[in-house]
Amino acid sequence: MTISMVNPSGNLREQMPFLTKMERVIVSMQDPDVGMKMRNQRLLITVIPHAMTGSDIVSWLTQKYAITEEEALHIGNFLVKYGYIYPLKEPRNLCLKQDESPYRFQTPYYWTSTRWPASEMDYAIYLAKKNIRKQGELIDYEKECYNVLHKRINHTWDFVVMQAREQLRASKQRRKADRLVLEYQEQAYWLVNRPPPGAMEVLEWGPERGSIANPRVQLVTGHCFFLNNACVCECSFVKYCEQYQDHDPIMQGCLPSNPWITDDIMYWNMNSETAVMPTKLRVERWSFSFMKLLNDPLGQKEFLIYLEKEFSAENLLFWQACEDVQHGETSRIADKVDEVYKQYLAPGASNWVNIDSKTMESTLEGIHQPNRFVLYDAQRHIYFLMKKDSYPRYLKSEQYKNLLEKAIVPQETKKSVFPFMRRQRHSSPSPALLTQAGDDDGKALSSSVRLDL
Amino acid sequence: MCDHTFVAITFGPCDSCTLNKPLMNIYLQNEPVNYCSLCVEMMACQGLTQGENLASLKAESEGLKLRLEEERAKLHDVELHQAAEKVEPLGQLVTKARRSLKGHGNKVLCTDWCRDKRRLVSSSQVTEHAVTMPCTWVMACAYAPSGCAIACGGLDNKCSVYPLSLDKNENLSAKKKSVAMHTNYLSACSFTNSDMQILTSSGDGTCALWDVESGQLLQSFHGHSADVLSLDLAPSETGNTFVSGGCDKKANVWDMRSGQNIQSFETHESDINSVKYYPSGDAFATGSDDATCRLYDLRADREVAIYSKESIIFGASSVDFSISGRLLFAGYNDYTINVWDVLKGTRVSILFGHENRVSTVRVSPDGTAFCSGSWDHTLRVRTGRYLSLSDTHTHTHTHTHSLT
Repeated sequence: MTISMVNPSGNLREQMPFLTKMERVIVSMQDPDVGMKMRNQRLLITVIPHAMTGSDIVSWLTQKYAITEEEALHIGNFLVKYGYIYPLKEPRNLCLKQDESPYRFQTPYYWTSTRWPASEMDYAIYLAKKNIRKQGELIDYEKECYNVLHKRINHTWDFVVMQAREQLRASKQRRKADRLVLEYQEQAYWLVNRPPPGAMEVLEWGPERGSIANPRVQLVTGHCFFLNNACVCECSFVKYCEQYQDHDPIMQGCLPSNPWITDDIMYWNMNSETAVMPTKLRVERWSFSFMKLLNDPLGQKEFLIYLEKEFSAENLLFWQACEDVQHGETSRIADKVDEVYKQYLAPGASNWVNIDSKTMESTLEGIHQPNRFVLYDAQRHIYFLMKKDSYPRYLKSEQYKNLLEKAIVPQETKKSVFPFMRRQRHSSPSPALLTQAGDDDGKALSSSVRLDL
Repeated sequence: MCDHTFVAITFGPCDSCTLNKPLMNIYLQNEPVNYCSLCVEMMACQGLTQGENLASLKAESEGLKLRLEEERAKLHDVELHQAAEKVEPLGQLVTKARRSLKGHGNKVLCTDWCRDKRRLVSSSQVTEHAVTMPCTWVMACAYAPSGCAIACGGLDNKCSVYPLSLDKNENLSAKKKSVAMHTNYLSACSFTNSDMQILTSSGDGTCALWDVESGQLLQSFHGHSADVLSLDLAPSETGNTFVSGGCDKKANVWDMRSGQNIQSFETHESDINSVKYYPSGDAFATGSDDATCRLYDLRADREVAIYSKESIIFGASSVDFSISGRLLFAGYNDYTINVWDVLKGTRVSILFGHENRVSTVRVSPDGTAFCSGSWDHTLRVRTGRYLSLSDTHTHTHTHTHSLT
């Protein structure tokens, strides 16, 4: 995919910060004191100066950035792929080999960021040079490009050929080593900017960004900044991570086993929303925060049972109804708000909730023009009421403590040692199945459904 | 029902000049009004007294920003890793790819987990259900909380919802519903707590909240000065906020009810590609083209950690937290995934395997695995297991067996 960034302020370095970073690496590699050790490289009969081996590059990067060899090879490979270092042996293959293969630094003239985008005319001249120098030296895809360019910029073709001839003549007057180096440099540049078919286009970026540049000054009014002491906030992160460490399968594993590893889905079954008896970890999580309790349907059920005993179930029911209004269909808002009013807010309602008079007044007023947030304040009031009052008492209650005791701690099942005894993987029933009316579960579910438009 | 021939936000008589024009919903003294963009400009400039012009206002705003930074710095300068000094450092992360989902066709641009913890939707090729769209870059996709629908969009400037069915022969496109309309590409979308509303962000610099049923725009969010690339909904109990990151290097926190920009953070040096809330909702992480990820604390209103390394040159395209928030998984454009210790600020692991840039990293809802999608057309689901430093020594012997 070719990118044409006709951005007047377009500076490639700015838009692609990684190029600046790469260049910094390259520059430090060439530092006279702590940079790479370079030597002369013999290619057949010519001696090329300032070359280095692939393994030297890898070990320099390993040492400089305190990383593993694998990572150093990975980074070094990018330096070559983006044309900042080019190989002398097998010059058409832009990749880094961790052996004695010789490499050289690309001249800044040909850096990806300086000469970008590559001009068509330059490419035409390059191909013309190759063609003139040795007939038939052009590779297939180059021949195609050559023909295409010949048609496209035909009006300048005389100029192109003349330039090519001039450049060839000038290069003949150079020493063989210099001439070779220049050829390699130019070739590397074009391999990056006009890659052969099948090679990865390293300069591919995806859709354009920043096509709207809005320079207007942002007016921010009525802001309140709450600058808390960050030390307190940061300790809360430490506490949170510690609290949840046992609940994080990547940190502590999960029992009975991680379904992705053993292909045993018991873990998912045990923790599903419809599980009858919850696991201990799950019940523990309900004590971490009120939100955690409410986010778990099983937790909500348990909490409701508790509230019923305390004769304050209407609070939770009201909260649930408000959630339904807020997240439900727009068309049904008016009806739902009406229902909520009748059940929870009207004087003498069957499930009347105890809200402070100010909130009640403004809510009742707002109900005349129902929108999805009309019950927001009342909902918040009840939420915090439950959180401060009923929730802590629930956690201390016999009901919760009993559940915690009875809750399951699964036995660990080890991964099967014999790979050929791996369990069959079945596709899980799609949630869409639950909503399909009258669908027979005898229908075999294929493991992958592809629907094309 | 929204009229799809108009690409503007809403259309009608402006409250100020009464002409029929595309309207912007703004708040003036806490009252919602609809002004056309010309009247918004004029009203904004009414604040200009004599001698003021755009340049002087800009200078004033820069001055205020500096003052704010100074105030912030005065309160403390404890960075997160200092507060976490006493925390035990992590040992070795051992990961293994468990599923490799190879596709044919396009690069994987986006993935989302279903709440049932084992299904994925991805935006060019999928695991259980697939929808292909005529425009090639489908940059955003999301699973509905019920698992019964998916939403996706991209260069078509729209976000469409597809209800999922099991009938292989059924043509999904017939049931497709166009919900969101932007004036530039759709970069991200997410369902809110139900199947009924979708939040979108776009290359046109705005985010918007839509009603799925009617396709109506419920709220729009203006404040970014360039493309918005990513958004994430807050898990906090007071709910109703979300964070967005964009090409203007800013991460903004918004109130969904009023459309107001509550907080703004601008410390990155380049485009912010990805934003994700810390599990408690008190902070969020960002991944950017400047090759760093950063953690911003909402209560302290500042950046509290930077995750960077000199050897990491390429931008981070996607970030996600593990369940406990201790680990931050970040996918980069150099085909790797780096795993960071959120508290200590150090990198604890680098994962290779993809053959092209990693475009998306998502941890499954129950944290048992994480999935990475890449331009190499594959999705890899991996599990990880942390070994504490004391375990590492004994474990390396036994572990080699089970990895075969």
